Amino acid sequence: MRALRSQIRTELALSSRQGEQLLVSLGIPLLILVFFSSIDLLPTGTDEPIDFLAPGVLALAVMSTAMVSLGIGTGFERTYGVLKRLGASPLGRVRWVTAKIATVLVIEVIQWVVLISASILLGWSPPLTGWALAIVGALLGTAAFGGLGLLMAGTLPGLATLAGANGLYLILLLTGGMIIPLSELPAPLAAVAKLLPAAPLAEIIIGSLTVGGSVAGWAWISLTCWALIAPLAAAVLFRWE
Amino acid sequence: MAVIAKQLSIHYGQTVAVDQMSFRADLGQITVLLGPNGAGKTSTIEHLEGYRAATSGETSVLGLHPVADHHKLTAQVGVMLQQGGIPTAIRPQELLRQYAGFFPHPLDPGDLLERVGLTERSKTPYRRLSGGEQQRLSLALALIGRPKVVFLDEPTAGVDLEGRDLIRALLLQLRSDGVCVLITTHDLAETERLADKVIIIDHGMVVAQGSPGDLMSATSSDHLLFGATPNLDCAGLSATIGSHVSETSHGEYRVEAQPTPALVAAVTSWLAAQNIQLTDLRAERQRLDDVFRRLTDSSKPTDSSSS
Repeated sequence: MRALRSQIRTELALSSRQGEQLLVSLGIPLLILVFFSSIDLLPTGTDEPIDFLAPGVLALAVMSTAMVSLGIGTGFERTYGVLKRLGASPLGRVRWVTAKIATVLVIEVIQWVVLISASILLGWSPPLTGWALAIVGALLGTAAFGGLGLLMAGTLPGLATLAGANGLYLILLLTGGMIIPLSELPAPLAAVAKLLPAAPLAEIIIGSLTVGGSVAGWAWISLTCWALIAPLAAAVLFRWE
Repeated sequence: MAVIAKQLSIHYGQTVAVDQMSFRADLGQITVLLGPNGAGKTSTIEHLEGYRAATSGETSVLGLHPVADHHKLTAQVGVMLQQGGIPTAIRPQELLRQYAGFFPHPLDPGDLLERVGLTERSKTPYRRLSGGEQQRLSLALALIGRPKVVFLDEPTAGVDLEGRDLIRALLLQLRSDGVCVLITTHDLAETERLADKVIIIDHGMVVAQGSPGDLMSATSSDHLLFGATPNLDCAGLSATIGSHVSETSHGEYRVEAQPTPALVAAVTSWLAAQNIQLTDLRAERQRLDDVFRRLTDSSKPTDSSSS
């Protein structure tokens, strides 16, 4: 436990020092929340944009931390030989992965607290039910996107991971039903989006946290598949050097 | 014996990085793997650290297999990579505390920082440390867990003179604490000062091994140098002592013969007979770099893929 605590403490300290990672994990979701709830530009399909945007950015926060921050951070650690050096220490891979997961979860909790508080200030009335389902969705999303982030980090050079994770983030942000409902997308694009991990995560979190909302079955199936396949692929294909 | 390699070979596809190497390194000794770039030093040490599988041969570290038993060895082995391995944003104090958390009986991070001369820099991010400071931090990291065996890949590369003194003092302390220290380097002066045992390697093979003294005396000097008044009668001296004498530069002379006591006596008595003042007299033994240059083929282009 001492080794694990020591590693988590270091991971959190280093994460808090990465300015660009903070921008992606908190800055962009906050910006989207404030901007698009004040200016009714997006076809959110709700009377108040915040009712759609608040749960939408909660899904976005999961994607940005689990995939972008974790992927880019780990990618550069691999490039700089940090993982190689840790490999010569008694920490071990299991505790290393556990520390990574714990760090991602801690950051996600902080993101959700900040984003929920900001949403309430912007007029959101969070529902009383649905939180358990939303959290299950967030955990599945963390597994899926964390797996994708580690898959990129463990197979691509650091800079390629940086480009890949940011590129994928932007594509999934626009097509993942997080800030623009899937129903607004052309049908073929929406069909493809449902097969990717962002749209089912958004469907689960938004559906659970919308008064009178529901979650479509395809979302659970699609996200669960990603939550199994992506970490497995990362575990098999990850190269430490 | 802390480290044993028998007939160790490491191939990367068609490239033979390490070819049938046999050597050992003992507790309480500093053993140096000396060789030009691309000689196979890093491949060898990375195998012993558990990173690279051997193609053939037998190796053991503290009685265990370095790759198969890697997880059992990590608590007893300290590693300094040739480069990198440390997050660029981390502070020295933070890094040593992190790794101290991985070992059962670590050294005190503050004490260790002082020993490597980084107390003043304990809160400076790694990326802002000088090259020498980064090397010293990397060395401290290898020592934090009180290892029995330490593998240091080029520990003095890019380190200034003051830093070298610090590193040398630390390594001597490790030796007297009974630690097995295995270093790779191409720095001859450092090797001559520190090594209990030198293993000279070239093109993946061991070309010589022994103490620096053994290696240097194995090929004793074949000439005597002396300094005296310029324009001596070299022909006359040559005739008297029976060996060729030449004036290599103004007032500097070279006698082409083994510097035996008889030869030295013959030269000095010839000078005494003519009342010539001697200013310098040297029976130069070979330095390690003479041995190294003769044994390794440093003129050939180095094979960077096997470094």
